[in-house]
Amino acid sequence: MIRRLRTDTVYRIRHILGRCVRHLLLWIAIAFALFPVLWIASASINPTSSLATQRFIPEQVTLDHYRTLFTDPNYPFVTWLLNTLKVSGITAVGAVILCTLAGYSFSRFHFRGRRVGVLAMLLVQMFPQMLAMVAIFLLLRSIGDWVPAFGLNTHLGLIMVYLAGAVGFNTWLIKGYFDTIPRSLEESAMIDGATPFQAFVRIMLPLVRPILAVILIIQFMASYAEFILASVLLRGTDTYTLSVGLRFFTEQAMSRRWGPFAAGAIVGGFVILLLFLPFQRLIVSGLTGGAVKE
Amino acid sequence: MIGLGILDAIAIWAAVGLITSSQYGLLAVLVIGCGLLNGLVLSRRAYPIRYLAPSLIFLFGLVIYPICYTAYVSLTNLQTGNLLSKDRVIQLFEDRYYLPEDTTRFAYSAYLDEADAVILVLEDAVSGDRLMAEAGQIAPFDAEDPRITVDPADQSIEIAGYRRVEGLEIYQIVSRLETLVFPYADRFVRLSTVREFAVYEKQYAYDEATDTMTDLATGIGYAPIDGTFTSADGEELEPGFQVWVGLRHFASLFRNARIRRDFGRVFLWTVIWSVGSVLCSFSLGLGLALLLNDKKLRMRMLYRTLLIVPYVMPVFISALVWRGMFNENFGIINRLFKDWFGFAVEWLDNPMLARGTLIFINVWLSFPYMMLISLGALQSIPEQLYEAARVDGAGMFRRFWKVTLPLLMISLAPLLIGSFAFAFNNFTLIWLVTSGRPAVLGAATPAGATDILISWTYRIAFQGGAGNQYGFASAIAIVIFVLIATISAIGFRFTKRLEEVYK
Repeated sequence: MIRRLRTDTVYRIRHILGRCVRHLLLWIAIAFALFPVLWIASASINPTSSLATQRFIPEQVTLDHYRTLFTDPNYPFVTWLLNTLKVSGITAVGAVILCTLAGYSFSRFHFRGRRVGVLAMLLVQMFPQMLAMVAIFLLLRSIGDWVPAFGLNTHLGLIMVYLAGAVGFNTWLIKGYFDTIPRSLEESAMIDGATPFQAFVRIMLPLVRPILAVILIIQFMASYAEFILASVLLRGTDTYTLSVGLRFFTEQAMSRRWGPFAAGAIVGGFVILLLFLPFQRLIVSGLTGGAVKE
Repeated sequence: MIGLGILDAIAIWAAVGLITSSQYGLLAVLVIGCGLLNGLVLSRRAYPIRYLAPSLIFLFGLVIYPICYTAYVSLTNLQTGNLLSKDRVIQLFEDRYYLPEDTTRFAYSAYLDEADAVILVLEDAVSGDRLMAEAGQIAPFDAEDPRITVDPADQSIEIAGYRRVEGLEIYQIVSRLETLVFPYADRFVRLSTVREFAVYEKQYAYDEATDTMTDLATGIGYAPIDGTFTSADGEELEPGFQVWVGLRHFASLFRNARIRRDFGRVFLWTVIWSVGSVLCSFSLGLGLALLLNDKKLRMRMLYRTLLIVPYVMPVFISALVWRGMFNENFGIINRLFKDWFGFAVEWLDNPMLARGTLIFINVWLSFPYMMLISLGALQSIPEQLYEAARVDGAGMFRRFWKVTLPLLMISLAPLLIGSFAFAFNNFTLIWLVTSGRPAVLGAATPAGATDILISWTYRIAFQGGAGNQYGFASAIAIVIFVLIATISAIGFRFTKRLEEVYK
């Protein structure tokens, strides 16, 4: 009897201890994960703009760096932010439209070359688009010679490039989603007199809304953070996107511009965080798609 | 239908532009593309493709075509100094003139009419003879011309309908005057200084039969060697032109001892970097997933959300933040080191440390992703398996090694291979934190200690001291692609075997 009691207590203590260690380890990991974020947030409201004298707990809180950031004529941060929002917004919407159409076609219609097409999409997206940066650069340069609106240093050109890069993977993702929806739904709609296109828009689109949202957001985040192609293709401070702009901003004298940079980082990160948190579950399921076997 | 009409209109407009700039290759692409598009919309059988076409256009135009183009460029010598086609370069040389020693110089006055047509009155600086240049022709000055009145007092000339360009206004049209060339006897009259025209001679003549460029002043012949007109004693004419060099770039990557050393070093680091990043971040992520994978754990969702933050932050922001924090003199990490241990560490300036730091930063960036995918996979492992293992007397670690990990690997291996490929090409992080620095002494190409293949490519293409070597950079890009494709193929075969083993 006593013996049993003792093992019980030991078990319980061990259990509680395990719990505590578990929480402790998690909190250490959280500290590791959040430290840079908190540090930069603190830098953005610290009165000093220098890397060397920043304190973790600011002596006094100031919004000066934000003011500098939004008004500095040499580093048009607001323009960069708007450029980025424009480019990623249009890319995201465009990608959703293109991939929905293509994914639907691959999922529903039977035509010659369908299997090859699906396979080709998969293969092509294995080739990272940025490896072709030289070719894309040269291509856009020659396109720019006769259609300046799509050439180097234009947002339209960059959007086109992003869209092309987004098509492969997302089409494939969306095709899989369409495959899970029973065909009979559209068939009955068509029996009721809907054209194929009507059936697609009225019946199917509402059903696949979740995956559309996922692609929209993931694509937005991807274009938002894209750096290499933007830095190859954009050549003027007024056309820069945020990633290229912030790099330009910190290229020289980073240690003296730490404060304004921190403000920029917070604003830039906040946009994404704002977008991410409400849709967390949805996005995570999209990003880790394929990890879990049904 | 209306959309198609508009598109065709745009296409026709673009085609006109292409014809005038004689870009026939692109024109062919455009014509074929539009033909297909029209067929698509107008034919019934092509209905499914109608949904597909927009994506395909983008895919072909900006993914597949660039891939092919990359392969093509990798076989040419396209680089600074060899950017133009041979025809353009020949034309460029044929448009070059030189001033012979016995030249004649002319003072001139320019006259413009309403439509900005220009007439020049040239006056020989020595003899005072006058010439009149108009519409590409030079003629002796004809005082009898009805349009012309010569002021008897100061010999100044008026031309009816034209006004004389006075004083500084000449600077506004000087760039136009520079383009004017008038044949004169068997020589040419061109602008020589702002105030003077002079008689020039053509400097080069190209002979198509022998494919040589001859310098008419010296009589030296230049034959094209490797895309540059080169004389017998090795003198080269700039610029060169684009030629086919076959596999030379690939050969130099593997045969040229100095380039091979750079390539080997960069490649080795790229592999260490991607394997190291994936392994470390996967271990950390999996560990955290195991901690979190307990339905009874309090604040589980909060923990998960907080831990995802590094993954949500755009890489370009976190990379720059980390660069600031690892700054050798002012960064917080070295400030702490100085306070605690009394010394500072060259985090980003010592080659080995810089590499370690980069992997550390990448672990911070990517462990949340690893955690998320591990969590998902953990939850899909049926509970009975653990119970069975427990009944068989397996301890915690045995259960992990023998049950959890193998099962996880089946579903996670493809994603890990994907992560590996992503790290392999993670230009953004490398570039924003170290830009490939510190530099390596004695490197034949711009390859720093932390350059991975893709950033090396970028430097060679866009930042090298030797100009933009597009051809060589494209060759490396092709090599990277082959490497990634091979690794992925092996990886997928391996995971397939895994699946068969554990099914």
